[in-house]
Amino acid sequence: MDLQPRRFADTLILAPVGRIDHANAESLREALAPHMLRCAAAQDQLVLDLSGVDYISSAGLRVLMLARKQAKTQGGTLVVAGLQPVVREIFEISRFTVVFEVFPSVRDALARISPSALAAFDGGAT
Amino acid sequence: MIVRFWGTRGSIPVALTSDAVKAKLVAALVKAAGRSLDTPQKASAFVDGELDFAVSHTFGGNSSCVEIETGGSDYVLCDLGSGARLFGNRVLAARGPSGNTFHVLMSHVHWDHIMGFPFFMPAYIPGNRVRIYGCHAILEEAFRRQNAAPSFPVDFSRMGADIEFVRLEPGRDYEIGGLAVCAKRQRHGGDSYGYRFTKDGKVVVYSSDSEHKLEDPTETQSFVEFFAGADLVIFDAQYSLADAVSVKEDWGHSSNIVGVELAQRARVKHLCMFHHEPIFDDDKIAAVLRETRRLEEITHADHRVEISAAWDGLEITV
Repeated sequence: MDLQPRRFADTLILAPVGRIDHANAESLREALAPHMLRCAAAQDQLVLDLSGVDYISSAGLRVLMLARKQAKTQGGTLVVAGLQPVVREIFEISRFTVVFEVFPSVRDALARISPSALAAFDGGAT
Repeated sequence: MIVRFWGTRGSIPVALTSDAVKAKLVAALVKAAGRSLDTPQKASAFVDGELDFAVSHTFGGNSSCVEIETGGSDYVLCDLGSGARLFGNRVLAARGPSGNTFHVLMSHVHWDHIMGFPFFMPAYIPGNRVRIYGCHAILEEAFRRQNAAPSFPVDFSRMGADIEFVRLEPGRDYEIGGLAVCAKRQRHGGDSYGYRFTKDGKVVVYSSDSEHKLEDPTETQSFVEFFAGADLVIFDAQYSLADAVSVKEDWGHSSNIVGVELAQRARVKHLCMFHHEPIFDDDKIAAVLRETRRLEEITHADHRVEISAAWDGLEITV
């Protein structure tokens, strides 16, 4: 799965696209794995831009939960942003909104987690 | 078939508190303000027609016990949680004290699924037959141990009915109580077993106390096949998905999200959420039901699944 990584200062934005379900959840996990290694204190912060995801199943949500758990263990930051309405509802019904910090947009996420990344984002720098 | 729920609560029986009863009364009285409800008939019609379920009813607090009425004279049950006490009393009132035959399919022998048996009055009366089926080697020992000191004052040996334990093998087809029955092993502490019942082309699946490991597509597919085309699936939806894959992982229960997904893939007609979380009050269970119906609405493809939440006293005709 192509996560289209974009770097802004200390923050990496990963943007899966399409449906995430039982058929490709493992592919998402594999694509996330190398980025998760660096999602740690004083290393990368991660924003999952889900604006291109139109559906996520329980298997996909579990992958996100595992990633968040790893980030937390490593002292890193992993947040999600840009949820489409259906995905937003799935997050709410599954109570993932209780576990994840969810932001309306990538910019809102950067404003919360990294001033330097926000400046780079607004300035168009990477 | 008629499926009748005698106990729907997970893990431990619960009771409405005085505060909860008062809150329901207050909500009903506020809603009735200005109305002329001066006869029992008018009041009853108001309660039935205008109050939300969580105000006019309760989902109930007895632990797992489900009856499948087959149209035959024998009784068929799934599990013997605390709901079995009410069921037994109902049988005695309706049919008399003896001459009854009960077939009980046990998901497993955890406390909340067997605790009704010491209070199941037909088991004490000679002339009744009780056949308890299950796939666990420890099935009989668990029941005998429960009806013995120091757990209970009346020993199992003093139960006067003709009681027999019958070991089943998962994956094999059986004919029990007028139903075709097949068991499937499920992921739960010490294992649990789901049952697929078939009669006259109608299918009911009882799948309680079952955790679904989402990373195992083979296991998931096996449940899609077990549920395939069922008219009704009674499904353990005790946890939220977030809890089920994090703090409550490996506690042996599932979620509404997984229930809907499996039902959609298996083209199930009716998914009934079961084994409700004991800390949830009626408002909370009603909210989970609304959300689960919404989830089905926003995620379905060409197949729709009816969604309900079981309550003590609910009957579903299949």
